[in-house]
Amino acid sequence: MSTVIRAQGVGKVYGGGRAALEGFDLQVESGTVHALLGPNGAGKSTAVRIMATLARFDSGQVWLEGRPVQSNTRWVRSRIGFVGQYAAVDEALSGRRNLEMFARLSHLGRRRARARALELLERFGLQGAAERAVGQYSGGMRRRLDLAAALVADPVVLFLDEPTTGLDPRSRARVWQEVRELVGRGTTVVLTSQYLEEVDRLADRVSVVRAGRVVAEGSPGRLKERIGGGRIEVVVEPGDLAVAERVLGRVAGAAARVEAEAGRVSVPAGQGTLGLTEVVRALDKAGLVVQDVALRRPTLDEVFLSLTGEEGA
Amino acid sequence: MGEGQGRSGPGAAERAGWMVADTWVVAGRYLSHLVRKPEEIVGTLLIPVLAVLLFGFVFGEAMGALLGGGGDYREFLMPGLFVLTMAFGIGNTTIAVVTDVGRGVVDRFRTLPMAPSALLAGRSVADVVSALVDLAVLVAMGWLVGWQWHNGLWAALAALGLLLWLRLAFTWIGIWLGLVVRSPEAAMKFFSLVFPLAMVAETFVPVETMPGWLVPVAEWNPLSATVVAARELFGNPAGPGQGWLAQNAVLVALLWPAVLLAVFVPLAVGRFRRMSR
Repeated sequence: MSTVIRAQGVGKVYGGGRAALEGFDLQVESGTVHALLGPNGAGKSTAVRIMATLARFDSGQVWLEGRPVQSNTRWVRSRIGFVGQYAAVDEALSGRRNLEMFARLSHLGRRRARARALELLERFGLQGAAERAVGQYSGGMRRRLDLAAALVADPVVLFLDEPTTGLDPRSRARVWQEVRELVGRGTTVVLTSQYLEEVDRLADRVSVVRAGRVVAEGSPGRLKERIGGGRIEVVVEPGDLAVAERVLGRVAGAAARVEAEAGRVSVPAGQGTLGLTEVVRALDKAGLVVQDVALRRPTLDEVFLSLTGEEGA
Repeated sequence: MGEGQGRSGPGAAERAGWMVADTWVVAGRYLSHLVRKPEEIVGTLLIPVLAVLLFGFVFGEAMGALLGGGGDYREFLMPGLFVLTMAFGIGNTTIAVVTDVGRGVVDRFRTLPMAPSALLAGRSVADVVSALVDLAVLVAMGWLVGWQWHNGLWAALAALGLLLWLRLAFTWIGIWLGLVVRSPEAAMKFFSLVFPLAMVAETFVPVETMPGWLVPVAEWNPLSATVVAARELFGNPAGPGQGWLAQNAVLVALLWPAVLLAVFVPLAVGRFRRMSR
């Protein structure tokens, strides 16, 4: 594996003196999905925009394949694809015209641009809407076209800035699948996300970003180990709380927590060792009526709390 | 820091070649917008067409008296309206640019290995092409109300060339404005400034009829030079002006847009490159 992107001590200050990034370090290995996980305003977007030549920085250095990005913009742009938070396509043009235009501006030449556009429309299931104006596309279709547009020139690195924000679950799954396929073909993907689940499903490595710097890094598994796997919560009749506490404690092998007012009993889920079905089966055996059962994942706030040991943002 | 060349960057000739190709692709994009929204052309032409009717017919007799020589006011008016239309084009350019920048699509262009200024140049080319359509409609309108050119086709084409040359310069003012203002609403407010610019000029009346202190302003207005030059080339009646400017209108009509381009092209391109949201 080789390093595709390296950022060292990158700082960026916005007008007004607010630091967007401060001492931001990152190393992305080729052929991996590298996620930047963090809350709104953490600096994730600024970081990918800098790596994608869309924003400048004030200190530090960023290299793509060993070359400083800021003095090689044109070259960097021939190696990358970028999908921002808002679909960057022309709504007045058809899907095919959009892809053809971007392919030609990537200097593919007229004939190859046309072929590439058709190929991508088919791959993203848009061939039926190829001649329709993008303004009439659904949100999911637009997102897919946007992703296709970022791929016209077969980029070495693809940047995805919150690729599934605002998408319904089906479209989200489709984007995930596409990302996995891309990585299967050897593309390196750098994505930002606010969703722990998304990062868990997609990323090989995660950098947790907070207040403009990377505060923790590792594989999703390692991070989850550090933050715990969430809790299984069960809601039962008020009279059954004591029994439920005993049963759950036994199944989980850990002390159960009771919130009497909510009628809720919860135990730590461990590292995926305890499943919901096991819990429900055990409660059923004990003759309890389960009103609700859920696996509650740690919120992003809890993640940051356990990773940084600090309060608040 | 400017746009990096990169160690393996293409040579100057190749870059220039791509610049032209990229500009053409972008212009194609804007022109297909125009084909999809013909109402934009109608909108642009509404004011000049109304002006032909209002000034040519409603005020025509009174205006004709101002010409001193009693020349046909509609013959006098049409070149002014051609120029007015060129100036009003600024509005379309500015709004198109500011709308584009507000959307994510400019980000996409900026992550492509294209010449960054090709995005702006493409807009400019598209606007000049659409100005050609505007002029064709206005010329037809002119014929309907009795306007003609009297110095032959080549002189007429030269006049149309000067008009497009002025329009080209104005597209870059519009592009720069579009990159500076933050919303289409703000752009509309700037647009009202085009009115005095278009009125305090040779457009509707000879500048000599204006208050004395205003005469030099109106004379040196870039629009005036093109209006006077177009009247001269079309062989339409001119105002009584005999000064250096009136004598050298064609030269000044060539120079003014060149000066505007020299100022606004670098301003717009620089602004675009520094832009980072």
